[in-house]
Amino acid sequence: MEIKVLGTGCAKCKKVEEICKEVVAELGVEATIEKVEDIRAIMGYGVMRTPGIVVDGEVVLSGRLPKKEELRTWLSK
Amino acid sequence: MKENKIINRWTVLLGAIVVWILVYFNLQPIADWIIDDLVGMKEGAHLTETLRFFIFEVPKVLLLLVLIIYGVGIVRSFFSAEKTRQALAGKSLFTGNVMAALLGIVTPFCSCSAIPLFLGFVEAGIPIGVTFSFLIAAPMVNEVAVIMLLGLFGWKVTLIYVGTGLAVAIFSGWLIGRLKLERYVMDWVFDVKVGELASEETKLSWSKRLESGWESVKEIVGKIWIYVVLGIAVGAAAHGYVPEDFMATLMGKGHWYSVPLAILIGVPLYSNAAGIIPIVSVLIEKGVSLGTALAFMMSVIALSLPEVIILKKVLKMPLILAFVGIVSGGIILVGFIFNWIY
Repeated sequence: MEIKVLGTGCAKCKKVEEICKEVVAELGVEATIEKVEDIRAIMGYGVMRTPGIVVDGEVVLSGRLPKKEELRTWLSK
Repeated sequence: MKENKIINRWTVLLGAIVVWILVYFNLQPIADWIIDDLVGMKEGAHLTETLRFFIFEVPKVLLLLVLIIYGVGIVRSFFSAEKTRQALAGKSLFTGNVMAALLGIVTPFCSCSAIPLFLGFVEAGIPIGVTFSFLIAAPMVNEVAVIMLLGLFGWKVTLIYVGTGLAVAIFSGWLIGRLKLERYVMDWVFDVKVGELASEETKLSWSKRLESGWESVKEIVGKIWIYVVLGIAVGAAAHGYVPEDFMATLMGKGHWYSVPLAILIGVPLYSNAAGIIPIVSVLIEKGVSLGTALAFMMSVIALSLPEVIILKKVLKMPLILAFVGIVSGGIILVGFIFNWIY
């Protein structure tokens, strides 16, 4: 599974990356987590509000912090 | 079973509102009772009045914050940056500016998203003048500022602040649009391709909306309560110890330079509404005129160095200077008008 965290480096974006790592470790799934900081790449995903999360090319969240249970459902598909 | 849960949720909400009203409208007697009877302090002494102010204002403002942010959180769940972008696309200059400033109030937005939002708006063909109206109104007329004003100044000053704040946002954006400053936007901005917009869910059930209201209370009040307490503590100390009319000689309405001076102090000062408004409320009590105080608040809240640094990623220097200059000019005008009226 390929997870991308979209964010230009604000406090919230770093938090999202942390939560992703935690949930991946918890679920024990095979996943790569990549932080996308280039604003053009972020816009390419159609995300106008950071932070955003992309799972296997699909935007699952933008503009807020995710809850852990939400992430669990997205990552265990 | 599920229905029971929903009914429960509404009952809890209703109960919470009743308790809120009972506490809120009895704060003054409660504060007086604590100071005069429970602790038995001497009425009129500096320390007594400082503590009375503090014990009354802190719970009052915190109660207002919880209630209004909860409400705004629910209202915001109906709006999104994506919908706003769609609404503004293709609007003409003046109409666009008015709509942008109004939408700036209700669209959920945090300053760290200013750049992606700017790019998204430009890509949709929204004129930069309209985009600026949005970017000026969003921080200036935010819910925290409105609540603090309502709590400490009453509804009249709040209305004046919101009205003139919107006017500054509308006309600054309109002027930036008329000056045709597009060439001072970084060139790469116009090459940005926005992918198909992620549609964040705005069709939610009511229980989800109530939940999102509560989420924003936890997030915002959790972050700013400390500034509220500190701001009111400083305000309370000044209320009790600084003599009346202390500021009148320096910042009173007789001095034309007080407004530009207030802005010169206000722009580099970066604080949030929660910390600055209690202090300003005491400045007024000590003789600073309303126009000067309004101008000071606006410049602290709406124009800030960190914001300018963020915008530097997408704007060239002349446009940044025009932005700061035009908004400051608008704020100065507001200050003059109110010093002249009152």
